[in-house]
Amino acid sequence: MASYTESFRFGEFVGSVLWLIFWVVIIFSMVGLPLLFVVLFYVPLPPMGDEVLTPYLFLTMVVDPTRTVPIIKYMIHTDLFRVTAFPGFTYAALLAAVTIYFERKFLAKMQLRIGPLYVGKIEGWLQLMADGLKLISKEIIVPSGADKPIFWAAPIAFVATAAATTALIPVAPGWVVADIDVGMIAVFAIFGFFPLIALLFSWASNSKYPFIGGLRALHQIIAFEIPFIISALSVVILAGSLNLTDITNSQINSYWFVFFLPISAFVFYISSLAELERIPFDLPEAESEIVAGWITETSGMIYGLIQLGTYLKLYALAALFVVFFLGGWSGPVIFPAEIMPGYTGEKIYNPVTLSAAFWFTIKTFGMIVLLLLPRGISPRIRIDILLHTGWYKLIVLAFINMFIALALIYGGILGPGGLLVR
Amino acid sequence: MASLEEKIEETRRLGLQVVKETEEDRLMTLSVGPQHPGSGHFRFTVKVDGDYIVYCDPDPGYVHRGEEKMCEYRNIIQNIPHLERPVIHDSTNVTYSYSLAVEELMGIEVPRRGQFIRAIASELNRQVYTLYWLAIYGIFLGHSTMFMWPAGDRELFIDLLERLTGARVTHAFNIPGGVRNDMPEGFKQKCLEHINYYEKRLKEYEDIFYNNPLFRQRTEGVAPLSKEDAIKLGVTGSVLRASGVPYDIRKVEPYDVYNEIDFKVQYMKTGDSFARSYVPFLDMKESCHIVRRLLDKMPESGEVRTKLQPNPKGPPGESYKRVESGRGALGYHIVSDGTPKPYRVKISVGSFRNMLALPFLLVGQKLADMPAVYWSLNYWPVEADR
Repeated sequence: MASYTESFRFGEFVGSVLWLIFWVVIIFSMVGLPLLFVVLFYVPLPPMGDEVLTPYLFLTMVVDPTRTVPIIKYMIHTDLFRVTAFPGFTYAALLAAVTIYFERKFLAKMQLRIGPLYVGKIEGWLQLMADGLKLISKEIIVPSGADKPIFWAAPIAFVATAAATTALIPVAPGWVVADIDVGMIAVFAIFGFFPLIALLFSWASNSKYPFIGGLRALHQIIAFEIPFIISALSVVILAGSLNLTDITNSQINSYWFVFFLPISAFVFYISSLAELERIPFDLPEAESEIVAGWITETSGMIYGLIQLGTYLKLYALAALFVVFFLGGWSGPVIFPAEIMPGYTGEKIYNPVTLSAAFWFTIKTFGMIVLLLLPRGISPRIRIDILLHTGWYKLIVLAFINMFIALALIYGGILGPGGLLVR
Repeated sequence: MASLEEKIEETRRLGLQVVKETEEDRLMTLSVGPQHPGSGHFRFTVKVDGDYIVYCDPDPGYVHRGEEKMCEYRNIIQNIPHLERPVIHDSTNVTYSYSLAVEELMGIEVPRRGQFIRAIASELNRQVYTLYWLAIYGIFLGHSTMFMWPAGDRELFIDLLERLTGARVTHAFNIPGGVRNDMPEGFKQKCLEHINYYEKRLKEYEDIFYNNPLFRQRTEGVAPLSKEDAIKLGVTGSVLRASGVPYDIRKVEPYDVYNEIDFKVQYMKTGDSFARSYVPFLDMKESCHIVRRLLDKMPESGEVRTKLQPNPKGPPGESYKRVESGRGALGYHIVSDGTPKPYRVKISVGSFRNMLALPFLLVGQKLADMPAVYWSLNYWPVEADR
């Protein structure tokens, strides 16, 4: 609380401020600047190659393109870059941010509204940043009876789990954080964590509505996990591999699997909606029934983290759909091999990789839009109809297409040496 | 689970007593409202057994404002602006029956053109209210487009009413003796334009909402209210008509010019949530026709208001008049002792009577059906609390 003593005098206050400025200037010029010069010019950095650098020389190096390009090229091939930036978290989070903005505008157009308009002058494109700042500045309220360690850990676990999925998705040839042979199983294993986190968080909230929401999340995700996995299984049968990169390659060698497995693609799409808890399957967060479901007690950045996790999950599921059914990164090379005619310097990019990433992003974004679409046209489904859909209809449909996939393999149409394999 | 009939019977037999003590520990008590996104200014307690509601106890009164008592301290004209507060979206209908009751008490005859303007304003306001209700029904079922569209199209009628009365929502337009002012120029033309556009929109509502298979699944066969039960519980308005009773005050006790207008009473026979949510929609469609006919038959010119004396007072006596509002019969019982201030004003609102059906309908339903049943009762908490 701002207060000043009764003996406050303005003249003394100004005087003290002037003294402060005087001493800052003196100390900066007598001590700070000499120290800065010493550090800049005389402290040796760890040797790079056979050069001995000082910070000053390093700074001059950074602004010199002929010396920067190799460093960048080295950097983008490190694992750190892959995990944090391109196929990993930043790429997914950027796409998620674009998704949030796009969703709001798209939904607004559908509903004859305008959507975000003011923040950032142009069509409210900075709205997300404003919302983020608001969430950060808000108080995080922990319910008094809450299980505090789990209450704090669950949102972070939620984001971490969602981000872990993105590590397994191949974005371009060779551009995947973890290229493992059991990629698909790993993806589903990671997805298996979400109901657990929802239930833990709802239990830790020590509140009734979150508890109901958590149970609903558990029911829903278990009911839809099985058709989800079975629909992906037919993809494995056609591709003959669990490795996501191999699945993509086998589609490049034949045709996109969505042409052979339309029913599986449909089941996968519906199950993704259920997995994402999006309308019409947003039962765990059904607003008019159970307030906000399992995230009722969240506030401030805890809510922000869960939203971030949800959108990362949206990206992951859309990307998985693209990898399984829409041929992953396959597409024509559209970027020129040379940046400009006559340029003979170091090659900055690989056109094949860049177009692959481009096509992958375009397809994924299209898929995200398809996943957003039901929010504008559909009401919420009821839990018994949802369970009935999951257990009776989708599983049967997924099995039907699995047998079609088996027939395609044994009929010699796909698979090694098949008719349609190029 | 027992069937719905048994549940209703059991609830009736217990007289809404708390479920048996032995079962108490396996039930979860949920307090829905008044700070619940699916309740409005209204609280009801439900007990759930798993996903099934076994007990429901409505607890109105959160926004009680003592409107009836306030009437006793103001004179007859001063009462109008505060009486429309309980349902600001339906303010013309609320003041309509009050004005009718005062006119009956004082023996005033309203000029013919004034009667037509009243009826037109009341029909337009019915649209405003029902669109708002429909918007909330949409968002209650998670259909956000159905929230935005009616809430946006409501502007059409708010715009018309603003031209007519000068205010967007709380008009205070009906006064004892007629309406406050005549129609502005070009109102008829504008009104027809808006209604023509609006009827096209109603078809789109039907496509996106009422014919949506998911909406049908959620509401068809949910919480049916039989004809006998509906009459026994005394529900009114769209809830009664959805149960197969073609009861509309405009037809049963025609007031002002409604006996000259040819219109159908819309009703359905199933009495489930779908019927209860569809009847107001049919009413809106019919209301468009009514406005057209009213505009056709309206005299071109004439007085719109019988002037009263500055501080009007009626002879000692009492009167009761009711109109068909957006939520059903809305009646005013006014007792006068010969002074300018009414001795007693009793407001009989449709919302409160529809709310009485809530505990019977919710028992045996799933928790997920709670908003679908609750809001289909055409209940406006603020009006019920008065």
